[in-house]
Amino acid sequence: MLWSSLLLAVREVRRNILRSFLTVLGIVIGVSAVITMVTLGNGATESVRQQVENLGSNLLMLRQARFRRGPPGSAGASGPPPFKLSDVDAIRERIPGIAAVAPEIEVNSTVVAYAKNWSTEVVGTTADYFLAGSWELAAGRFFNEQEANSGATLCVIGETIRKELYGTTAMPVGESLRVKNFSCEIIGVLKSKGQAPMGDQDDKVVMPLGAVQRRLAGSRRSISDIMISVASAEQIDTVKLQLTALMRERRRLAANEDDDFNVLDTRQIADTLSGTTQVLTGLLGAVASVSLLVGGIGIMNIMLVSVTERTREIGIRLAIGALEREVLLQFLIEAVVLAALGGLLGILIATIASVTLAALMGLPYHFDVGINLISFLFSAGIGVLFGYMPARRAAQLDPIDALRHE
Amino acid sequence: MSALLEFSGVTKSYGQGDVAFQALRGVDLKVNEGDFVAVMGPSGSGKSTVMNIIGCLDVPTTGSYRFRDVCIEDLSRNERALLRRHFLGFVFQGFNLLARTSAQENVELPLLYRGEPADVRAAAAKRALAQVGLAGWEHHTPAELSGGQQQRVAIARAIVTNPTLLLADEPTGNLDTRRSHEIMELLASLNRNNGITVLMVTHEEDMAAYARRVVHFVDGLVARDEVQEQAAGRLQERDHAVE
Ligand SMILES: Nc1ncnc2c1ncn2[C@@H]1O[C@H](COP(=O)(O)OP(=O)(O)OP(=O)(O)O)[C@@H](O)[C@H]1O
Ligand SMILES: [Mg+2]
Repeated sequence: MLWSSLLLAVREVRRNILRSFLTVLGIVIGVSAVITMVTLGNGATESVRQQVENLGSNLLMLRQARFRRGPPGSAGASGPPPFKLSDVDAIRERIPGIAAVAPEIEVNSTVVAYAKNWSTEVVGTTADYFLAGSWELAAGRFFNEQEANSGATLCVIGETIRKELYGTTAMPVGESLRVKNFSCEIIGVLKSKGQAPMGDQDDKVVMPLGAVQRRLAGSRRSISDIMISVASAEQIDTVKLQLTALMRERRRLAANEDDDFNVLDTRQIADTLSGTTQVLTGLLGAVASVSLLVGGIGIMNIMLVSVTERTREIGIRLAIGALEREVLLQFLIEAVVLAALGGLLGILIATIASVTLAALMGLPYHFDVGINLISFLFSAGIGVLFGYMPARRAAQLDPIDALRHE
Repeated sequence: MSALLEFSGVTKSYGQGDVAFQALRGVDLKVNEGDFVAVMGPSGSGKSTVMNIIGCLDVPTTGSYRFRDVCIEDLSRNERALLRRHFLGFVFQGFNLLARTSAQENVELPLLYRGEPADVRAAAAKRALAQVGLAGWEHHTPAELSGGQQQRVAIARAIVTNPTLLLADEPTGNLDTRRSHEIMELLASLNRNNGITVLMVTHEEDMAAYARRVVHFVDGLVARDEVQEQAAGRLQERDHAVE
């Protein structure tokens, strides 16, 4: 009975192909819009997360607080004290579970090679920097601890610098790069990490801390932040607490004073940023849902328009000896088949559209089971509701009234 | 002969209150198993109304209708549907074929609801269409058929199940004289050979002449009810000739 009803329903769908097509069209558009929007939104969220995680694994960033916050009038307008190299050593020695600690001094400067200028960021740091930031080499080597301490004029350059200044030629390892008014030897080229929310990660020159302090910034230029890479993800929270305690002690903050530094967590940054894109995804999805709703109303219209003809058909079937429930089953299956076809077609189109658009926009693509399932069920629900309700009313008529329906 | 169906004091009103219209005003009627009855009467006299009630498509306002000693008023909707499915064949005055559906599929429909397998349905429908002279027209849809051809598809659909009772509301209304006589021959032979009780509405004396009994309706009442010795005699002659 079920099988024959299914065949019957499929035959009815084919027989009224234009009506079926119009019925399904709304669903197709709605479903594909919702799925595409949500899938792309998820891709964007994921890409932001990836970019942030690219900054380094289990990374904490110790930064100066923007403003000294304390009891009013206690410290006036003077900023918090700068970080010192001894802070770096203290962190390394006194907090367990740390894989790498690297201070950073960031100076904007122009670099020159082959008569080409490029304005970039020069980072002065120690050898731990490469470990903390999960950097890998495309060519050459990193500088080591000794070189970092001696303040040798060596540098490791990012992919963007290589492209801009040395073009498509081979890796410029061993060549010299002019930074402001001195020249340094390129010993390594970093593997590309691409874009992060805060800009191009490959647009930088990494040099020993001493060299930057002495030649670029002057020795009074303070350490702008300290990167701390925690050995395992579970320890992050403990390390954060210990770090805060240690820094409060070293900066002699009284119990009633607020922290004059921040500890940022890449995970936190990722959560915050991806939270924003998730909100956007939700908004896009909501807008697309409206089209699904409009599609549903379209179905309802088509179904209502065809109700006269359908009522007569139901009358004929009843008069010939069909039971009410058999007629209803047929119409129900017909509605489900139509809605399911529409849903599947929508999913197909959405998949093609999402894959294409994701590729064009450079976003990762993941098939989202949840949203596909939800929009499919929603479209099926609409189809069933609007396909079934008019039929139900008609099937409850006396056959003679259904036959006379005009 | 036992009574296949029996009307006692059946009335049917349409509308309510002041605008109420009584289409049947107390009809008593008894039709025996195996009978061939022609129903005649002026337009609007209630012939189709009676047929619809007999066909269990409609219910009497008052009075009772018994089919094989079962009181129809006591049956549920589903039971009436099953009665239609298993005992009745109905040729509607307005054909009522499914649109955009081939003649073959239209004729198969009652068999489908009887749960017959596809090959049985196809063969029976083909045979029924051939019986009404529509061999070769199986794949035409109603829109591609003339009025008379549609009427014959409707007849084929009614006889394909070999029903106990065949109700035909003006089955020859759209046919030329020659076709009309062919259809009447078909109904007469189904009545004679398959024992199908036939109730047929007609306006033409020629067609009514095939029936054993003619019931005349006037203004929702049975005005005359006569057995046609002559028709019965003619049929008997033909029976002998067949033998
Ligand atoms: N659904 C209805 N609502 C109101 N009045 C109706 C309805 N159906 C039939 N009638 C009335 O009942 C009367 C009998 O109708 P019926 O169809 O039985 O006539 P008939 O004898 O079959 O006529 P014809 O030979 O023209 O087919 C008519 O006057 C008609 O107007
Ligand atoms: Mg009539």
